[in-house]
Amino acid sequence: MGKYILKRVLLMIPTLLGAAILVFLLLRMAPGDICAVRFLGTGMAVAEDQIQLCREQLGLDKPQIIQFFDFVWGYFIFDLGNSMWTGQPVTHEIAIRFELSMQVAIMATIVATVIAIPLGILSAVRQNSMTDYLVRGFAIAGIAIPSFWLGLMIILGLLIVTQSWFGEPWMPPIQFKSIWEDPAHNLAQLVWPAVATGYRYSAVATRMTRSAMLEVLREDYVRTARAKGMVEKIVINRHALKNALLPVVTILALEFAFLMGGLVVTEQVFNLNGLGNLMVDGVERQDFTMTQNLVMLVVIIFVFTNLLTDLAYAWLDPRIRYS
Amino acid sequence: MVTVSEIQTEAEFEEVAPKKPWSRILMDLCRKQPLGVFGLAIVIAMILAAVLANIVSPYDPLQEHYEAMLAPPGTDSFLLGTDEFGRDILSRLIYGSRTALLVGFVCAIIGATAGLVLGVASAYFGGLFDLILQRILDVFMAFPLIILALAVVATLGPGFQNVMIAIILPFIPQCARVVRSNALAIREIPYVDAARALGFSNARIILRHMVPNVMAPYLIMLTTFLGQAILLEASLSFLGLGVQDPVPAWGLMLTNASEFFEGAPWVAIYPGVAISLSVFGFNLFGDAVRDTLDPKLRSR
Repeated sequence: MGKYILKRVLLMIPTLLGAAILVFLLLRMAPGDICAVRFLGTGMAVAEDQIQLCREQLGLDKPQIIQFFDFVWGYFIFDLGNSMWTGQPVTHEIAIRFELSMQVAIMATIVATVIAIPLGILSAVRQNSMTDYLVRGFAIAGIAIPSFWLGLMIILGLLIVTQSWFGEPWMPPIQFKSIWEDPAHNLAQLVWPAVATGYRYSAVATRMTRSAMLEVLREDYVRTARAKGMVEKIVINRHALKNALLPVVTILALEFAFLMGGLVVTEQVFNLNGLGNLMVDGVERQDFTMTQNLVMLVVIIFVFTNLLTDLAYAWLDPRIRYS
Repeated sequence: MVTVSEIQTEAEFEEVAPKKPWSRILMDLCRKQPLGVFGLAIVIAMILAAVLANIVSPYDPLQEHYEAMLAPPGTDSFLLGTDEFGRDILSRLIYGSRTALLVGFVCAIIGATAGLVLGVASAYFGGLFDLILQRILDVFMAFPLIILALAVVATLGPGFQNVMIAIILPFIPQCARVVRSNALAIREIPYVDAARALGFSNARIILRHMVPNVMAPYLIMLTTFLGQAILLEASLSFLGLGVQDPVPAWGLMLTNASEFFEGAPWVAIYPGVAISLSVFGFNLFGDAVRDTLDPKLRSR
């Protein structure tokens, strides 16, 4: 097992390094840079030397290899540099938005789990019935409906419903307040994006639950349990579900890392100032330090989730270690 | 033991089988894959809309009717209303299906095919080539789909072609990974050894002996990509990083929708319905393809 862990950890190094190179190059291949965006955005005539000065201040005139080295070295000394746009440290910009995005991500996971597991079980137990088709349709719709549009529809629905019930339209609050500070305000704002992302996220997990349950329900020990005359509810909950949950938990864990990606679009719809929003702003402003570090953050989260899942699997099933 | 007559009957069977009437085949399919047939119907309707767009759409999708800006559905034969420039939403939706289908098919076919070639080559050659290629694919797989696409668009700039490149790029490693694992198993089968012993060229072994045997995972990935590509294009266009105005594209139609949707909800509703319905159709169809080709891959 020790050797396997070592191998997996070592394999992460080329992946992370490659991702860093890819992000770094992609951003710098784009025409223009933040200095051009900043000065041209004002609409005033700008002297060439002014742009040059801006580049010098931000270190954009240094050779690319040095810039890349600075970027990677930042991870070893825990200094990711300053945002080129605001001048604040990248870690600070991330930290003030982290709570919001993390909370939406966690709430979306809860929404997804609550939808996925019962529906998946129901669908598997009643395979090929009307219920099964409805659940599968519902799950596929979850993958098909863009979460940003679902978000729009939720806001629209809220407006219409509150208008007709209370006489005046109500919109979720825009200002973020921490859940510890003002829970009612916080939830009123974040429940909706969590539902919009959570539904999409649940779709994959529902399908996973269904297929895992179908597989397990055909196992001999389930038949034995039934043959013993055990109540069906216990057979399903205690015997089948426990063994079917492993792949479902994996999917939920892996998708959690991808939630960051989903949030990019959803945060735009709900006007949330979170990490996704920060990334879109970074891309538009060509704020290299901001964008490359945010993308790396997502990649690192994803690679580590992957590692943990692989290790958990290897620990549970020794055969995997040898393949 | 197989006798001559048995072989003959089998041959006869093959001749008889295609003569099954179409209606019967369709009935069988409906019974076995009701969701898949439903999906196929949506896909066919969409293809028809795209092909016949200039016949079925009531207006020119680009024509701006300033006298009827944000007209609600039903006024003056604007069946689904108009947008903020007075452009007929129904016509834009119909023409938008061209954009969606083009992006969907081009991205899915190129992405899956490039993945097929890389996956099979990686499995066949093995060794250092396989190792390096797999590490490169690892890098691409470490990015969430939309984030990689976002980064590519940031580099190339928005626009039709660039969006397609941004969508294709993340597809390639996904398909290559699946195809490779299937091809690895096939490489061990004796007929590949036999082909090598006969001195066939690598290209011939790959194309004639290995590729046909990984068609199932290839087609499965291809159909999955169709819906994903449409959704991804819609998301990028929504963010303003995809197809640019005035090209009729569903995601783009939603970009400004949030500004008007209190007064004119139809601007926000219909394009989203079109996106959802088409991706829904492609996904149902893809699922049926997956179930038919490989019951073991039914995991997600």
